Amino acid sequence: MLGASPTVLAAATPADTLVLADGIDDIVSLDPAEAFEFSGIDLLNNTYDSLVELDPLKPGELIPGLAESWSVSDDGLTFTFKMKSGITFASGNPVRAEDAAWSLQRVVKLNKTPAFILTQFGLTPENVDEMVKAEGDTLTIKIDKPFAPSMFYNCMTAVVASVVDKETAMANEVNGDFGYEWLKTNTAGTGAYVLRSYKPQDSYVLEARPGYWRGDAKLKRVFMRHVPEGSAQRLLLEKGDIDVARGLTPTDAQGLRGNADVTIDSDMEGYIYYIAANQKKDPLNNPKVLEAIRYLVDYQGMVDTVLKDQMIVQQGFLPRGYLGAITDTPYHLDVAKAKALLAEAGFPNGFETTLSVRNDPLRMEMAQAIQNTLGQGGIKVTLKPGAGAEVLGDYRARNHDLTLQSWGPDYPDPHTNASTFAWNPDNSDAAKRTGVLAWRTAWDAGPLTKMVDDAVQERDTEKRRAMYEEMQKIHRDTSAFVTMFQQIGVTARRNNVGNLYTGGTTDQVTYWYVTK
Amino acid sequence: MRGAWHVLMAVTDTSPRAPSRLARRLKTAIGLVLALAATFLGLLLVTFIIGRVVPIDPVLAVIGERATQEQYDAAYRALGLDKPMWEQFWIYVVNAVQGDLGRSLLTRQPVAQDIARVFPATLELATIATIFGVLAGIPAGVLAATRPGSWVDQLVRFVGLMGYSMPVFWLGLMGLLLFYGMLDWVGGPGRLDASYEMMFEFDVPRVTGMILIDTALSGKWDIFRNALSHIVLPAAVLGYYSMAYISRMTRSFMMNELSQEYVTTARVKGMPEWRVIWVHALKNVMVPLITVIALSYANLLEGSVLTETVFAWPGLGLYITNALFSADMPAVLGGTVVVGLVFVALNMFSDVLYRLVDPRAK
Repeated sequence: MLGASPTVLAAATPADTLVLADGIDDIVSLDPAEAFEFSGIDLLNNTYDSLVELDPLKPGELIPGLAESWSVSDDGLTFTFKMKSGITFASGNPVRAEDAAWSLQRVVKLNKTPAFILTQFGLTPENVDEMVKAEGDTLTIKIDKPFAPSMFYNCMTAVVASVVDKETAMANEVNGDFGYEWLKTNTAGTGAYVLRSYKPQDSYVLEARPGYWRGDAKLKRVFMRHVPEGSAQRLLLEKGDIDVARGLTPTDAQGLRGNADVTIDSDMEGYIYYIAANQKKDPLNNPKVLEAIRYLVDYQGMVDTVLKDQMIVQQGFLPRGYLGAITDTPYHLDVAKAKALLAEAGFPNGFETTLSVRNDPLRMEMAQAIQNTLGQGGIKVTLKPGAGAEVLGDYRARNHDLTLQSWGPDYPDPHTNASTFAWNPDNSDAAKRTGVLAWRTAWDAGPLTKMVDDAVQERDTEKRRAMYEEMQKIHRDTSAFVTMFQQIGVTARRNNVGNLYTGGTTDQVTYWYVTK
Repeated sequence: MRGAWHVLMAVTDTSPRAPSRLARRLKTAIGLVLALAATFLGLLLVTFIIGRVVPIDPVLAVIGERATQEQYDAAYRALGLDKPMWEQFWIYVVNAVQGDLGRSLLTRQPVAQDIARVFPATLELATIATIFGVLAGIPAGVLAATRPGSWVDQLVRFVGLMGYSMPVFWLGLMGLLLFYGMLDWVGGPGRLDASYEMMFEFDVPRVTGMILIDTALSGKWDIFRNALSHIVLPAAVLGYYSMAYISRMTRSFMMNELSQEYVTTARVKGMPEWRVIWVHALKNVMVPLITVIALSYANLLEGSVLTETVFAWPGLGLYITNALFSADMPAVLGGTVVVGLVFVALNMFSDVLYRLVDPRAK
């Protein structure tokens, strides 16, 4: 119907402002020590910098951020960063090694959810003042084990390692909170933009600051508007009332393809969709049954239909774009083979089980497709839909049977997924490793646990890559997980918008190069 | 809620000794305050219980998927969930009375502050929708009642039935496609165009939070016009539903009224028919209609989730729904308390109007 609409001259957004629409109600905090949701860290990537960063133009490569150079001691336990000089925060305060040290220390002391990205290196609230030290223009960070340097640097590119303006934050400190309360809704960084206004679940405005050290942002303002509905985003984009739509459904994206004023970019995202089978439940802990389930998912069929333009098949636990990701996909729907496997396992007539799933439309469609193909093999599945927190609570309490879940990497290093999918040193209930997926689904990762521990300390990057490839193959064939898909992100923009880099699997969106 | 209120009013009104007017008024006022307090406390109790029985772990909503058991326990204590239930309720009531509805888990802002931000958007929309509904619904109902069975009556019935049965989501999207996408008569989703939104954000002093009023107060008529072009469509969609309801009710009240003896008398005395209907009968119809309109208005003030979603309208409905889906109980409960208070207030308001319009109720 829209194709028939007359071409209306774009209502035109302001020439100096990038206007975007997306669902931004996932933002809970804008403090880099706490922010861990897509919309929040996208915003922070444009308002803060860290010591080292990933090259927006060459994904995966390190480039200097606020540090001019960096090195690691021979024993692999001490990292040294030399700060660049002459860079200022938005407040005008100069950036010092002291700010960088304080920023990392406060993350560890506040101990919010993303703090583990730093504390996994042995930093604790008690020792962090000793381990992280500033002296003149040099920052030293000591860690407790000789981790692979690539792992450490990758973690330092995460938003949680952003350098915060100590003086500004401390001027807004309340009850010894390191400025946490204030930073939840304000920014104090070196980034190209400064947060000008933030209305939760409504909109935010970023304003370019003069004198950004990488060169001033091309556009003066970024205006992000919360538009939850994909078809509303599409209309706004077609009319030119927004420049960029980031929350389109595949139907909307499809509908836009004929529009000459709009360009659609697809970009790989880090999210992996998988099924976890609880190993405390019979017969889901039978290896033959697990193998049968792997042959009862119509991976390609789903990608061609319900998941069109949204997912690709990915059967390793690392998203493509990560060091060591594997891309071959040996499993496909094979009902006869699955039935034979079930018969071998002693279930020639199948069995009954449940599949819990978050009740959003896409996941429900996936769950129904899976229910259907499992049913063809004789596994009678009852769907258990629920609110996100409800399904998650069940999973963390190890009460699920089968559960359809997704996992996004926490930082751009393969260890982030390896340490949760393939690592579980203590499978007992008492261990309560609720943050570890293998523990949640009560799967004893066996020899993989040690492989994960070894890989994260391997200093030769090529060897490290091979280790991740190997452990993923073992995991794919023998674990209690059926990894299925990797998500694709769709961004639609007016043709006049250029240089919008959305970050891919390992990084966040970058606004300061954007032109229009 | 309404029941309790009327019972209490009845108790005060039928008191056998009614010595002086002043004393009677005082009694009414005390009854009113007591009724309000009881309603408010009941509301808090119900919302509190709902918040505790839902099978959703509020801690997970705070800490997210990655958290360790240690972080979980810390958040559990920070939310006060380790305290006994009665103590949690007591803290809840004491805080609520002081206007502190807790902190939203989702936005991390005080719920009262969140609601102060989102409620004006809903209030603005609901008010204009109700004005639409009343202006279209009452004449339509009256016309239908005076010509029962005629094509006018059929048409009003048909339009009303459509209003009852058409999904608001669909109607909203179709409206957007037609009037915004194709004809370009109205503004798109959102309360303002992006450029005006930034002007409003930075240049217009916030008085009520309602864009139409605030821009009028500061004389920013270009923003006002833009806001008007954005509110027309969602208000018309919501107003359509309210019109459907009001016209049906008006019709039936009016039919009833027109069969009364005083109408016959007036007609026999030679009073012009328009005067009989639009002045005499309508005046009496207004009494029950006030309640109908107030209820319909109150319904809209809860915020229409679907309309607010389609039109990206950052109002109360969207806020409460978001909160529900994320198990953000402080926000859900805070929103429910506010909606409850709105109901109570509108009930009181319609009772007062009732007394003004109907001499018998004085």
